[in-house]
Amino acid sequence: MSCVRGLRCKECGRDYPIAAVYVCEFCFGPLEVQYNYEQAAQSMTRDAIAARPRNLWRYRELLPLDGEPTDGLQSGFTPFIRAHNLARELGVRDLYIKNDGVNFPTLSYKDRVVPVAIAKAKELGFDTVGCASTGNLANAVAAHGARAGLRRYIFIPTGLEAGKVMGTLVYQPTLVAVEGNYDDVNRLCSEITNKYHWAFVNVNMRPYYTEGAKTYGFEVGEQLGWRAPDNLVCPVAGGTILPKIWKSFHELERLGLIPSVRTRMFAAQAATCAPVVTAVHRGSDIIPPMKPAPLAESVDTSLRIGNPADGPYVVQAVRQSDGWAEMATNEEIIAAMQLLARTEGIWTETAGGTTLAVAKKLIEQGRIRRDETTVICITGNGLKTLEAVRERLGKPIPIAATLAAFEERVLGA
Amino acid sequence: MPVKVLLPTVLQRLTNNEVEVQAEGGTVREVVDDLERRYPGLKERLCDETGRLRRFVNIYVNNEDIRHLANEETPLKEGDEVSVVPSIAGGASPPGAQRE
Repeated sequence: MSCVRGLRCKECGRDYPIAAVYVCEFCFGPLEVQYNYEQAAQSMTRDAIAARPRNLWRYRELLPLDGEPTDGLQSGFTPFIRAHNLARELGVRDLYIKNDGVNFPTLSYKDRVVPVAIAKAKELGFDTVGCASTGNLANAVAAHGARAGLRRYIFIPTGLEAGKVMGTLVYQPTLVAVEGNYDDVNRLCSEITNKYHWAFVNVNMRPYYTEGAKTYGFEVGEQLGWRAPDNLVCPVAGGTILPKIWKSFHELERLGLIPSVRTRMFAAQAATCAPVVTAVHRGSDIIPPMKPAPLAESVDTSLRIGNPADGPYVVQAVRQSDGWAEMATNEEIIAAMQLLARTEGIWTETAGGTTLAVAKKLIEQGRIRRDETTVICITGNGLKTLEAVRERLGKPIPIAATLAAFEERVLGA
Repeated sequence: MPVKVLLPTVLQRLTNNEVEVQAEGGTVREVVDDLERRYPGLKERLCDETGRLRRFVNIYVNNEDIRHLANEETPLKEGDEVSVVPSIAGGASPPGAQRE
């Protein structure tokens, strides 16, 4: 059943068997899962997919499991919404929101990558999983790992929103708050991986974990009526999802499921931490590690990664697709969160605000044409980042429980 | 001067599965050269033909990325901790590019 052929170094092309390895022994390049596409094409047809359960495993030929999936059976296949009101507001014709803010069970796109990593960790014989996270990944590893019956060590930087901390603790993992920013946490997890036989989903499980992100793109292709959009705007933190969506469109094309891909890929970051945008603007392939602006100055925490693991591949996908990258200020992020809520009834977190703010900017710049089809990637839920909007939403109107008070204070106001 | 070096799993085959090793040197470059004397073959894993650190190798001195310090010339003192981390867990620059 499995169409997996093995792992291959993305840099030097050396092949490796499937195992808990993530970098090439010779050049330290990242390893990527290889598939037998001819075999996949035989069973992965439009009709076959349509008959499968609406979860992330409906594209299982191009996911790296050997056996039957047992995790994340309710995850994925999130709403894909034609955003008429928002389109009118932004002056474009054909606009869609792919809303992973209501992914199951932890309300972010991490509910795709984590089940794949955990299922693979179980196949490889691990009993303990872990991660370095800015919040959403912590929630997902805590929850999916709980259901899978695994021990969980979860590492976050200090200063995360209460919603993301509590949204992890409730599942009772071992949660560790590391002094420093995400990049410090990530380095520490890498050092722990060297010493302990644990499956860190975004370190030694990374080749499998990142493949789960393709399901976001597979779903966009299917939900758009088996085609890829003209434009796609995606938030960038560690840089996993954007290149994997780009890859997923090409895999669908290769299997004959969609016509040729002409999508332009656009990357969105917060101005307080924008190493990838900076590289694209400079026309450079180099992503110098960046120290994020202090927490007190950053409305966004979810994209706050100064040293993005897959940053070079984001730049590559943006360039290959003739796309672009932009950043959004704190004020633009908050305004865009409110715009999305007001027009489409969707409450996203700061990463979603960043993405919409950047989409608006790209439309105004003429980089996204108003007569084309555009998909905006919403990857997280606003309930987790109350702090971002707390002081900006006004207050309820207080009244006594009488009709007179209602008419005077509310209608008369 | 003696420093402690933390090595990633992919290099432990060259160090008899040791995670932490000792090395000598006044700069990161000297420590890499000393590691090569102790564990032959290790340098070519870390550096390209020109002797520059490979694209996907990140080195930290006392938890600070040497790209925020003085790169390979970052000075070391006795007891410093040098950590070698594959950049898949954070940042990289592409082949042939100058490290900044």
